[in-house]
Amino acid sequence: MKRFLFSIISSLVLAATLVACGSNVKLQDVPVEDRSSSTSQADADAAAAASRGVAPVQIGASDASVAGPANTAKIIYFDFDSYVVKSEFQSDLDAHAKYLTANKSRKMAIEGHTDDRGGREYNLALGQKRAEAVRRALGLLGVTDSQVEAVSFGKEKPAAAGADEASKAKNRRAEITYR
Amino acid sequence: MPAFAQFRVEVSGVGMTQLPIAIAPFRGEAQSPQKIGSIVKADLERSGMFRGVDTAGLVADENTRPDLANWRQKGADAIVTGSVSALPDGRFDVRLRLWDVVREQDLGGQSYTVAKSDLRLSAHRVSDFVYEKLTGEKGIFSTRIAYVTKSGQRYTLWVADSDGESAQSALASPEPIISPAWSPSGAQLAYVSFESRKPVIYSHEVATGKRRLLANFRGSNSAPAWSPDGTQLVATLSREGGSQIFSIALSGGEPKRLTQSSSIDTEPAYAPDGRSIYFVSDRGGSPQIYRMSPAGGNAERVTFSGSYNISPVISPDGRWLAYVSRVGGGFKLHVMELSSGTVTSITDTIADESPSFAPNSRLIVYATQQQGKETLMTTTLDGKIKARLSGAGGDIREPDWGPFQR
Repeated sequence: MKRFLFSIISSLVLAATLVACGSNVKLQDVPVEDRSSSTSQADADAAAAASRGVAPVQIGASDASVAGPANTAKIIYFDFDSYVVKSEFQSDLDAHAKYLTANKSRKMAIEGHTDDRGGREYNLALGQKRAEAVRRALGLLGVTDSQVEAVSFGKEKPAAAGADEASKAKNRRAEITYR
Repeated sequence: MPAFAQFRVEVSGVGMTQLPIAIAPFRGEAQSPQKIGSIVKADLERSGMFRGVDTAGLVADENTRPDLANWRQKGADAIVTGSVSALPDGRFDVRLRLWDVVREQDLGGQSYTVAKSDLRLSAHRVSDFVYEKLTGEKGIFSTRIAYVTKSGQRYTLWVADSDGESAQSALASPEPIISPAWSPSGAQLAYVSFESRKPVIYSHEVATGKRRLLANFRGSNSAPAWSPDGTQLVATLSREGGSQIFSIALSGGEPKRLTQSSSIDTEPAYAPDGRSIYFVSDRGGSPQIYRMSPAGGNAERVTFSGSYNISPVISPDGRWLAYVSRVGGGFKLHVMELSSGTVTSITDTIADESPSFAPNSRLIVYATQQQGKETLMTTTLDGKIKARLSGAGGDIREPDWGPFQR
């Protein structure tokens, strides 16, 4: 019953947000579900009454990735200050390209990351450069643009926690996921 | 149950001109949930404009006429007395009186009747009253700050008093939250959430928890900033490839692209008069701060020293630019006086991030690291008086200072 209610509320909220964004707004192919929790109306009223009230919102875990081609590396590493996809990753990119070409309904996300040096927003943009470099490489292998989305996590999700160069090298990467 | 994070304020530094002020414990505060006198003293000291004088055992309330000659001898220029009493209906009555010791004048008093949950806020209102009477400027103590904590795999966006206390959770998520930005009205927070495994921009009505997805275009959506009139959001979108700055009308419609470069353009920040947008661009080879019209077009470079300058914010009075500059491998908060271009480095830490001005333009809140631990600090614009807002647990970052509220 709770799941049913949750999905009703989610659809209503999703509909409301889509309307609020305006009819000309192009959203990406895969719609984002608004995962706002359903605070009860009484709670919302009480919170609004106190003008400094803060109504808490909880977000649940997101959907897991789905499988892609087997035995294929999903992480491409980059040199410091570089956005060049090195040749050592070419065969893995070939395998991903073949998979996407053969499975036209599959969607891939390329998640760009940076090491921890520098500002959050600037690093988000640097991570985006890495993700787009991989997307371009796949495009050259014939992959349809609409099957691939390049996004960035900047420095927010490091793979390795250390401050040493080896850890930083593990963080400069683009990760391929299928959604 | 709302979730709270507790803070302690530690003030350090010596200011140029600090008014010595005695703040007596408020009569009745020992029995009340909040030590009004202590909160007021901490507020006033954190502003950098006041230095607390020891009140050693003074027992007084708003009706006591202090021995002003005695206080003059003790070096106080002003003295605050007051009381806090519980009312039969469960509310509290907070009263104060402010004395000018030098001119031996009663500068006036205030009284507030508040719910128990607003007792801390009433102390901040006392601080605002005293600050305004003695400096002639508006106090910021009743304003709010937003910030993010990370604890294990859990990210929380908090809304707290200006001193970091009474923090309440606005959003809890298993994925990162960055770049919170208060709307000009103080009712909404825009922020970037990674909850759907890509960065998207929400606006979030703090009192109700109602969220609105403002930017979920192809690729990454980040760095939201509000126009001063609250009708537009500017942000960094990668929908056309690369990271470029767009404006998004909150009433809906296609975003309008403002920058047209093949480099990274990000971190837009409106000047408070709405006549220009400052932003970061690496079109010159490395990230520097530029300024352009809100309609886009030609950009004028603003920072010229150092090879890496990011995170621009403009003071509400339009006079100052605060930003982060990489110096010798460290990231340091700098302040530029816009009329002269003079730049001052104002911290001795090397991991400064995310500066934000108080609405009276007199203080900056920022994130940094001390002894390897993430912490929030406030500083006066000359860097002389700093206060640490130390968090209870988890890494703390991304502060944004809210506007004056009704």
